[in-house]
Amino acid sequence: MSIVPEPLTEFPWRVLGILLAIAGFGTLVLYSAAGGSITPWAINQGVRFVIFSGMALVLSRIPLETFARLAFPAYGVVLTALFLVELIGGVAGGSQRWINLGFMQLQPSEFMKPVIVLAVARFYALLPVGEIRRWNAIWPALVLIGIPWALVLVQPDLGTATMIAAGGVTVMFLAGLPLRLFVGSGLTLAAIVPIAFSFLHDYQKNRVLIFLDPESDPLGAGYHISQSKIAIGSGGIFGKGFLKGTQSHLDYLPEGHTDFVFATMAEEWGLMGGVLLIGAFMLLFRWGIGVSLRAQDKYARLVAAGLTTTIFFYVAINLMMVMGLAPVVGIPLPFMSYGGSSMLTVMLCVGIIMAIERSGRRRSRPGNWG
Amino acid sequence: MKLPLLKKKTVTEASLSFTFTRRAMVVGGLQGAIGALLVGRMGWISVAENEKYNLLSESNRVNLTLIPPRRGWIIDRNGRPLANNRTDFRVDLIPERATDAENTIRSLAHLLALSDDEVDRIKEELDKSAGFRPVQVAEKLTYDQFAAVSVRLPDLPGVAPSQGFSRNYPAGATVGHLLGYVGAASAKDYEERKDPLLITPGFKVGKDGLERSFDKELTGKPGAKRVEVTARGKIVRELTTRPDTPGNAIKLTIDAGLQEYAGRRLATQSGSVVVIDCHNGDVLAMASMPSFDPNSFSDGISHLEWDMLSKDDHVPLRNKTLQGLYPPGSTVKPMVALALLEAGVSPMETVNCAGAIRVGNTLFHCHKRRGHGGLNMRGAIAQSCDIYFYQMAQRIGMDRIASMARRVGMGQKFALPFPSQSFGTVPDPAWKLKKYNQKWQVYDTVNATIGQGYMLINPLQMAVMAARLATGRQLMPNFIFGAQRPTPASVGVNEEHLVTIRDAMSAVVNGGGTGGAARIPLPGVMMAGKTGTAQVRRITMAERGGGVRSNASLPFKLRDHALFQGFAPFDNPRYAIACIIEHGGHVNRIEDAPMIAADTMTFLFDQAKAIEKLETIEKDWGGPPAERLARQMAAYRLAKAIEKGEAPLPEAANAMNASAGNGATATAAPPPAPAAEADDAPPPADSAP
Repeated sequence: MSIVPEPLTEFPWRVLGILLAIAGFGTLVLYSAAGGSITPWAINQGVRFVIFSGMALVLSRIPLETFARLAFPAYGVVLTALFLVELIGGVAGGSQRWINLGFMQLQPSEFMKPVIVLAVARFYALLPVGEIRRWNAIWPALVLIGIPWALVLVQPDLGTATMIAAGGVTVMFLAGLPLRLFVGSGLTLAAIVPIAFSFLHDYQKNRVLIFLDPESDPLGAGYHISQSKIAIGSGGIFGKGFLKGTQSHLDYLPEGHTDFVFATMAEEWGLMGGVLLIGAFMLLFRWGIGVSLRAQDKYARLVAAGLTTTIFFYVAINLMMVMGLAPVVGIPLPFMSYGGSSMLTVMLCVGIIMAIERSGRRRSRPGNWG
Repeated sequence: MKLPLLKKKTVTEASLSFTFTRRAMVVGGLQGAIGALLVGRMGWISVAENEKYNLLSESNRVNLTLIPPRRGWIIDRNGRPLANNRTDFRVDLIPERATDAENTIRSLAHLLALSDDEVDRIKEELDKSAGFRPVQVAEKLTYDQFAAVSVRLPDLPGVAPSQGFSRNYPAGATVGHLLGYVGAASAKDYEERKDPLLITPGFKVGKDGLERSFDKELTGKPGAKRVEVTARGKIVRELTTRPDTPGNAIKLTIDAGLQEYAGRRLATQSGSVVVIDCHNGDVLAMASMPSFDPNSFSDGISHLEWDMLSKDDHVPLRNKTLQGLYPPGSTVKPMVALALLEAGVSPMETVNCAGAIRVGNTLFHCHKRRGHGGLNMRGAIAQSCDIYFYQMAQRIGMDRIASMARRVGMGQKFALPFPSQSFGTVPDPAWKLKKYNQKWQVYDTVNATIGQGYMLINPLQMAVMAARLATGRQLMPNFIFGAQRPTPASVGVNEEHLVTIRDAMSAVVNGGGTGGAARIPLPGVMMAGKTGTAQVRRITMAERGGGVRSNASLPFKLRDHALFQGFAPFDNPRYAIACIIEHGGHVNRIEDAPMIAADTMTFLFDQAKAIEKLETIEKDWGGPPAERLARQMAAYRLAKAIEKGEAPLPEAANAMNASAGNGATATAAPPPAPAAEADDAPPPADSAP
């Protein structure tokens, strides 16, 4: 037994340290993006981080069984909300992603990202072991994923739809479905998409991309991405220096405090800042995967790995978009991009993973093996 | 519902757990791999392509603006500026920075004495202009106004005073047609040259006259200003500035004082004066009045002013010296006399003038109805007897006269640096056959002899004719000071004949001839010349029977043109002059061609005396041209207002006074500060190209 009191050793210092480092850095970048001012972004972001961290810690005290029990009801609620959004949008005659609750704007698709993981994991946890290689193991999960995916896609919000699908499919993969299903459908998809795409004219291809995400390109094809690449590329190894980024301060970089905050950071901190930040995220993912590997409960394992992968998709899609490897789809960078919704979602994920870690630790006390 | 292919393998909780562990590690590994890929991608962009993106980032950030080069000066033969650049003080308002636009505009209106119209315009533009694009508050401010705004800047957020250069013509309207004017380049210019300088605000190109012909020489090299700008174009700060290189100065043969004097001396008439140096053909003055003020043209003329100028029957928009074609009238008689001498006619031979002569079946009249009686060549020129020339010309034939006319410069085209010129014609049998496919008739000769019919001349050609009669050399008009020219060829006439002609022309002025008004009031300087009257209407037999109507009773457009050509001193010619008054009709002796020519010539010999006389008589015309133009403008504006019902009729008289007063004070504004001119490009001492 260590001399340090148990509540302190049990406290998730390591992960909170990583989060604090990332969010602290993010706040610093927002301070610079506002031209060296803590208003309007840095202060809000800092306060939010503190509140959501508190929320995550509260979540971590909730027994895992609660999450398991609430998985399907939560899925039902969010799915209903998605339908509502679609209806309201249809009535208002335009794309709609929000439900106005009066005191806040609720974006149900955002909540679907963790909830799909919880729901699919719950499904596989309930599935008898012997059924895993039958059709019954596949189609309910596909339905669970497919309905919200389609609803979000028609909003239209390609980025979020992709993340929902990816989160659900990851859990299916981890649940132990035959590998050949994934390899086969992956290959089929990889074969079909380029062929279908190549039949389109250039302007049609552009239209497809713009149709899938109209916000991506209001001015000229690729303006966002080219400005973002200029910001990152001109930063060099050590960056232009704190508060000295011209792309962001002179407004050439669009969305420099939200989706393209990484470019704002890279311009001032260079490759060094980027490597450190990506490294910090990698530590976070390693922690998440580690939690899932240590977890004994099937549901806990799937949820921990699934939620970690959800956070990973945020980071990966955002960075690929910012570096010109993916179309502009409006996925923020967790803890760095200014905005409450994404931070809330990611903190939900982190909180649930912490709860899993905690319950795993309790179970692994002496005398509780097995 | 089983997957048939997968049936064989049995699945247990343990194997599933093992699968999960393996797959979770694959997922973790993939995440790591993608993380590494992202780091690699970032490294590629920021290290390998760093140079490229740095360049792009700089070209984003830095905006290069051209500074319009100061235009080269146009100076006269003595180095006096005919066109220079004035420091232009202006004030703009940048909407984005104005915190309280309403109050700021009120303060500015007070400081700069802006009219209500102006204030409305500023407010309107302010509403339309979003952000950082400046709204012009006022330009052409005096230094005091500029300073008054500058010192109050802390209280006037968003106000931006600045200074640039704009073209200035100190002599105003009197050089309008000579120099032309400048203006912003047209869209067509830009299409052709694609030079970004052309669309730089404040850059002007020559639009007419010498400004246009020498545009290339006068245009300097633009400077450049590097500024840091935001994506929306707002200037953050200045980085470096490369100054402009002013254009070359052009030194003209024009005498600025004489040019201005001639312009003023043309009074209220629609006329032109050209003065040529008999030594080398240099054009000392070339005035066409009334004219436009090139200053207001260069600033962008108002619609109203253009309207007024284009409707004026005195055609202020036409350069009469080069584009006005007139029948030369009797001014051709010395030339015809020279042709007679060349053909062997004795100067002492007399012709009896009975007032009319029959040619074919037409009766040709002399301008003196009762006839001059017997006249020799000297008398015929001095009295401008038509009958003498009708008779003599028939004797030698048109071809000889036409040959002489061409040698003295009539019908000759000169390569002059002006974009638009019309040259007169010298008709002869071959010309008529070609042009009208008709045979030359005797009455054609008779008409041509007195400068009517097909014969046409422009004022510059007439001055050249005077200079060639004076010198016997084929002088060519020239505008560039010190230009290299071949020695002029001879007119090819006997010097004795020239002396005869000069003596006769002196008799026109000093010997009781028709040009007595052209006498120069200076001892030892005698002008020789020839008057002329060019009919613009046909006098019918009926009218001739009842007495020819006097010009004063005719509408302006039907009056005769009044012409005068001459040189002085008559026995050793130094300067030659031509003056044509459109529809002058010899109505007003002071404003008639001979006296205008004489006074202009006087200026060359005794400036003080000439100016003294001008200032005395100018009062009767309502002051110098600028004042008259301003008053005319004010009256026109008022008339337009009444027409539109904007100004009440009864108060018209008061308003007229008031606006006339305003106009006068506006034009009487003090010349720009000398300090300001010092900034401008000083004309190089001897850089005439």
